[in-house]
Amino acid sequence: MPIISVRDLVVEYDGRRVLNGLNLDIEHGETMVLLGGSGSGKSTLLRQIIGLERPKSGSVHVKGLDITSCSEFEMKKVRRSIGVAFQSAALFNSLTVQDNVALPLREHTRLAPSIIDLVVWMKLAVVGLGNFGKLHPQELSGGMKKRAAVARALALSPEILVLDEPSAGLDPIVAAELDELIVLLKEAFQMTVIVVTHELPSAFRIADRIAMLYQGSFSSVGTKDEIRASQNPRVRQFLDRIPGDMSKLDAVAAYFKNYVSSQEVYP
Amino acid sequence: MTVLENVGKGTIEHLDYVGSLNIQWWATLRAMKQALPFVGNRYRWQATVKQMFEIGVDAMPMVSLMAICTGFILALQGASELRRFGALHYVIDLVAVGFTRELGPLLTAIAVSGRSGSAFAAEIGTMKVTEELDSLRVMALEPLEFVLAPKYLAALIAVPCLSIVSNVFGIVAGGLFMFFSTRLAPLLYFHYVFTSIDLRDVITGLIKSVIFATIIAHVGCLEGFRVRGGPDSVGRSTTSAVVKSTFLVIVADAIFTAIFYFTVKL
Repeated sequence: MPIISVRDLVVEYDGRRVLNGLNLDIEHGETMVLLGGSGSGKSTLLRQIIGLERPKSGSVHVKGLDITSCSEFEMKKVRRSIGVAFQSAALFNSLTVQDNVALPLREHTRLAPSIIDLVVWMKLAVVGLGNFGKLHPQELSGGMKKRAAVARALALSPEILVLDEPSAGLDPIVAAELDELIVLLKEAFQMTVIVVTHELPSAFRIADRIAMLYQGSFSSVGTKDEIRASQNPRVRQFLDRIPGDMSKLDAVAAYFKNYVSSQEVYP
Repeated sequence: MTVLENVGKGTIEHLDYVGSLNIQWWATLRAMKQALPFVGNRYRWQATVKQMFEIGVDAMPMVSLMAICTGFILALQGASELRRFGALHYVIDLVAVGFTRELGPLLTAIAVSGRSGSAFAAEIGTMKVTEELDSLRVMALEPLEFVLAPKYLAALIAVPCLSIVSNVFGIVAGGLFMFFSTRLAPLLYFHYVFTSIDLRDVITGLIKSVIFATIIAHVGCLEGFRVRGGPDSVGRSTTSAVVKSTFLVIVADAIFTAIFYFTVKL
């Protein structure tokens, strides 16, 4: 049975359809990468999977529970088995890094403070920040912030780890280090990992399977070899970095022509 | 769009706002148990104490100075009229009753609304923009319980305390005026003050300041939660928090003064 199962998921914002009847199964222990361009709906799908928004129709089952229609109490229970690291890291600036990681432990467990300190140090050491716990998030570099966010996501030893654009805004070396960390975490803790990204090298390094989104629908879902060999035009365009129509001279000229003709004629 | 449509849209928006405030207030009351000492969550109470310092202790110099100035102004303006009737000693009643019933709580509310109401909106708005509120939710922590409840509880305790400080400094300013203008001995002045004010005056003043604290905390936080988009929206919500909470404080003051006037027979 898949750990996450998305069925006929439709999401609309102000009448504009963002996700168009998606179906996806994510198996236990696999790394699924949601790949797609800007505005393809991958972050929206992620927000549905972690239960931050409710869809117009369709369902999202996490560990057998439909999180689109469950109670707040059930939702809270499910959330404890999901660790999320946001694109902006979303660390609490008023707290030190170690307090950020300790927060879910203090709130959801009855561990003694000395045990919490030990667990926090271990989680920070796993992501390579063992000596940086006393710093505040604003004193960390971009890559360190992302790693601290991963440490916080790992705090309650979740079954599912969700990462939103982990390598966005990072230099290639730091991004590659983060990829290695994700691979290591998955192997060490046997977690299900879901990663949203538009970075191809990163996606092919960490993924077991890749789901490619285009305008709110999956254009292709498969293993990384299947995606590499895919002849789907949308997949090929993305993988081969072929520019869209808007960069062609004719299209730009037509756009301006339409714009001018839609304006009132000056006397 | 016709005038009628505009009026309808404006009315619905205002009703929606008041409705949201009420829903938020009820939800916070339910969540507030967690912020209480001994029975609640230790970390929430620590956050509440920190907020009490920020809302109350940090505002004390400003509120005291405002109260001294206003006490002086009230005594001077009252004296210029009352002197003509040879009733200068009524300045004592004017300042004492005026401050305990009205000016103490109102001045404090306006100062707290400018200092802390705006800070609540800015803090929560920034947390929303930087996805911190989302990250609280995915950690199974409710922002209402985690962020709002400690602020509300702190305001409920700190604002009435500040009002008492404001009352004291306002009345002391009246005493200084009386000492310099009529050489009235300070001890005698305080004797007159205690004979002119009633326990009811103090209690109605404190009831008002609890209501003002509720308005300031909830309007500030609601404006923060309603932030959409980027940092510019945080700036707008901060301004809006101060304007709306000051406006609502004055409206609530008028309503409650009328209620106390007709029911408690002040």
